Amino acid sequence: MNDNPVFERIQREIDGQPVVLFMKGTPVFPQCGFSAAVVQALTLLGVQFKGVDVLADPQLREGVKAFSDWPTIPQLYVKSEFVGGCDIVREMYENGELRQVFADKGISTQEPAAA
Amino acid sequence: MPMQAGDIERLIKEAMPDAQVTIEDLRGDGDHYAAMVVSKEFKGKSRVQQHQMVYKALQGRMGDALHALALQTDVPEGLD
Repeated sequence: MNDNPVFERIQREIDGQPVVLFMKGTPVFPQCGFSAAVVQALTLLGVQFKGVDVLADPQLREGVKAFSDWPTIPQLYVKSEFVGGCDIVREMYENGELRQVFADKGISTQEPAAA
Repeated sequence: MPMQAGDIERLIKEAMPDAQVTIEDLRGDGDHYAAMVVSKEFKGKSRVQQHQMVYKALQGRMGDALHALALQTDVPEGLD
């Protein structure tokens, strides 16, 4: 594993919780539209997740981009695995794949509200 | 320095010559674009890998000169 010191911190974060979202701002106060979109998808699915605010930690903000070779924030991790950024998570939410990923990994989601 | 749509397309095509690239300027500020990239090089790759290929083609500008690129990738019809 690379000797970037922040990688260990990132690994601990993503191993410590089933669903971790590195984002700008917090789930209650997202500071960027892309982060807010992922928070919304997770909220609509009723998934418990930990938001990690990279704006509060510039080293983490750059480190997480190198960690997954992904140049932007937000970044969603499920069971320590990188799932994607805003585009991919939104696309997966819209075609039902995101709910399936959670089901496959034993993470409970909320049934869709009756139309 | 913001990017021009033409630069984005040129960089992607330099790295992926067969790519069909459609770019939409979302705000006219050189910083917020949407792009659809179709290439046979995406075949067998996960969505994350496909997007990483496009970001590599942009040679580090993604998240820097280019703040937002709403990206969609696909394999040409009949190849998927």
